[in-house]
Amino acid sequence: MTDVSATLVAKLAHLRPTDEVVRALAQRAELVALSDASAEAVLAPEDPGGLPHAVRGIIAVRASERLGDETMKDHYYQRFTTCDDWYDHAGLADPDTFSGDERLDALLRHADRLIAAPKTATREHVEALKAAGVAEADIVRLAELCAFLGYQSRLVIGLRLMKTSMEKSA
Amino acid sequence: MSRVVHEFTATVPEWRPYVTPVKLEEASAAQLAAMKVTPSNKKVSDYVLTLAHDPESLSHRSPLFNGIMYGRDGLSRAERELGAVGASVVNRCVYCAAVHASRYNQLIGDEATMAEIFAKEAKAELGEREQAIFDFSVKLSAFPPEAEESDVARLRAAGLSEIEILDLVMSAAIFGWANRLMHTLGEPVAAEG
Repeated sequence: MTDVSATLVAKLAHLRPTDEVVRALAQRAELVALSDASAEAVLAPEDPGGLPHAVRGIIAVRASERLGDETMKDHYYQRFTTCDDWYDHAGLADPDTFSGDERLDALLRHADRLIAAPKTATREHVEALKAAGVAEADIVRLAELCAFLGYQSRLVIGLRLMKTSMEKSA
Repeated sequence: MSRVVHEFTATVPEWRPYVTPVKLEEASAAQLAAMKVTPSNKKVSDYVLTLAHDPESLSHRSPLFNGIMYGRDGLSRAERELGAVGASVVNRCVYCAAVHASRYNQLIGDEATMAEIFAKEAKAELGEREQAIFDFSVKLSAFPPEAEESDVARLRAAGLSEIEILDLVMSAAIFGWANRLMHTLGEPVAAEG
């Protein structure tokens, strides 16, 4: 049985074992475990394809910065610095910076769109990635990473709201 | 040439990917294993074959998605679908909106709620409980999310229990994931017929 208060989801949501919302979350322990397993699958997959762990890590840092979420940013930056060759990308933590490498910058630009404005995505954006040398499988991997972050951030924010609103009504 | 669907509809279109799906006969063992956990494995859809490019992610997301949308207790099936539609409207995922609006309509046996949502989108006017659920999902799905404590208080006032609120958070959030795949990796086209 998963101790939900010890999961990444709970940590990012600032939950403590005694919080009331943890009781509800414990009823969904299996889903919380799958959420954390998904984080590993998109941040540090066994087969990263053309998206090395460090690139995935810096995309998560940039997404957290765009979101304005310090807790997520601290978590993902710390995680990023444990990746092989992270230092090569350390200058990209600010989401308005780019590397000058055509393929990497195409990935970073598309990641930003997927995180902050997914409704604006069109076929042309996928074609632009292909033109920049991004393999089709890597286009899917990038979408999964950013889409997961879209999920995790909303789960975490929802839990925080449940916790704080419960404390105020108590 | 099939027509791309740009407007919200409860008639489920087909989905056409922008990238080449994995060919089933060429799929690796890991890809086959990841695709097997989807609800219908008689015919694997182009969507699942597209996601099979990243089997590690797919193998976790499929049971997560099914657990969130089809879990037994807690928030009703229909109200989870309403949360899914709220997210899909914000992210303009016409395909996701169609699938989950049609399921909502089947579960409820009435099409008025979805007709109102598709006509007025985030400004739809609904009954008290539906309104609280839909508005929360819309606000949580914004970038950055706009949901506040008062929106959660409104859900409680509308009669939702804590586990129901959590189920709603999860069903809106999982469409923050699903919409970012479905809407960005392909497009809805009118079903041939």
